[in-house]
Amino acid sequence: MTRQELLVIGGGPAGLSAAIAAADAGAKVLLVDRAPMLGGQLVKQTHKFFGSEKQYAKTRGFDIAKLLIADVLQRSDRIETATGTTAVALYPDRVVTLVKGEQYRKVAADAVVIAAGASEKFLAFENNDLPGIYGAGAVQTLMNVYGVLPGKRILMIGSGNIGLIVSYQLMQAGVDVAAVVEAAPTIGGYKVHAAKLARLGVPILTSTTILRAEGKEAVEKAVTVGLDACWNPIPGTEQSHDVDAVCVAVGLSPLHQLVSMAGGKTAYIPELGGFAPLLTAEHETTLANVFCAGDAAGIEEASSAMVEGRLAGYAAAKRLGHAHPDYDALVADCHAQLDTLRNGPFGRKTLAGIEKMNEKLREACRLAQ
Amino acid sequence: MLNKNGVAEQNQILSRFFDETVLLKPKAILECYEDIPCNPCVTSCPTGAITIGPDINRQPVLDPDKCTGCAICVGACPGLAILVAQLKDGRAWFKIPHEFLPHPQKGERWDAAARDGAVIGVATIEAVQLSSRTKTAIVTVSADRELLHELATVVKRHA
Repeated sequence: MTRQELLVIGGGPAGLSAAIAAADAGAKVLLVDRAPMLGGQLVKQTHKFFGSEKQYAKTRGFDIAKLLIADVLQRSDRIETATGTTAVALYPDRVVTLVKGEQYRKVAADAVVIAAGASEKFLAFENNDLPGIYGAGAVQTLMNVYGVLPGKRILMIGSGNIGLIVSYQLMQAGVDVAAVVEAAPTIGGYKVHAAKLARLGVPILTSTTILRAEGKEAVEKAVTVGLDACWNPIPGTEQSHDVDAVCVAVGLSPLHQLVSMAGGKTAYIPELGGFAPLLTAEHETTLANVFCAGDAAGIEEASSAMVEGRLAGYAAAKRLGHAHPDYDALVADCHAQLDTLRNGPFGRKTLAGIEKMNEKLREACRLAQ
Repeated sequence: MLNKNGVAEQNQILSRFFDETVLLKPKAILECYEDIPCNPCVTSCPTGAITIGPDINRQPVLDPDKCTGCAICVGACPGLAILVAQLKDGRAWFKIPHEFLPHPQKGERWDAAARDGAVIGVATIEAVQLSSRTKTAIVTVSADRELLHELATVVKRHA
């Protein structure tokens, strides 16, 4: 077993930002990611980011990954990186077990930042196990990381930002998008993304869901159906789409498992995507010196994940005796940025989730006393 | 309806256009109809013609007196929600963002599409400006004057 001052689990927007902030404050960091390269989901994001300059707005996601990775490498005296390395367990004494290939090792960390990201939600429908049915993350990985087309003509399920953005990327790659279907009565994501598809002639069908996929060896058809105000299928509104692939983009859930395993408190908060760890304002879990940031703390945009990562990085470093000389100002700036990003109609959902989370945290503290 | 199918209503579109006398010079048309946290249009504008205010969740407003129609915002907008429109030589001229390969070439004729994807006419490609930084091409096209409020993009080379 080796000892480590700060272990950051996950090398996506939150983890990279946490490692950079903590190193700037003076902490020695080990940054691990299970993927063969750093960057997390950023490496697949070919669209330009929203937000303001502080969150790299108008820069494409994969370019943001390059910038953050360069910042990490510049701090190689303080940040050690380990890719292809999966954190499989976290124990209450902050011992983390790491697996790389056949190698298994234990790290005793003085502090941990969990920035493990999210897992995709899936949808129950007939034949949803046919080859040709993908999650949106898999489509992006195949297409944008490895240059492999997932199909020739695809049906997109879900009109959140991921469903809309991936549909546009599919068209850029030369794949036909038969339609985007959305069970809710209105489009879930940014309307500017929807407008990009609409002017290319892609139908967006709200109050519609997938009924089943059809095909012998793989997807040959997908059947959708209209939904009434109570989300019940309307008989006679079935529509058959000739497609060889179906992409499911129906939301994400925080990867809270490491927190849960070590006994950290979580709560089911739909606005945050499912079970989410209970966090203080500095993003510390109910486990001392274990922090959490990014989608693992609650589903949001990558812009806010970067800010949360910085916040958790500064806070974890301070706990280790490496308070950044400008700690108060830097943390205040992070909070101000998060407040700004959450101040519109889309942020209201996150704010409602955080309010519920705070309530649960107060409850947990009362019980502990 | 924008909420239902991603297609803006005519009154929404017209609210972002300017009088024909103003459009004798090229002006940016900001088709951002939703409060989202975003402000690259403001920070990219070299003449300070676009304002959002302190809360970046608000929608941008263009001052047509300051706008030179340079189209830097067209390449900066992450939502590809800006085009530049102008009335010139009896035709409607546009600078539009384009992110599909192959890009149009100067002198070609391409099918023009409306905001709902319907092909509404043929546009002449007048200029193509590639940016290695944003990787969004800015394509200058001209079309029938009647398409001033209709043309949203060009979709493929006219057969």
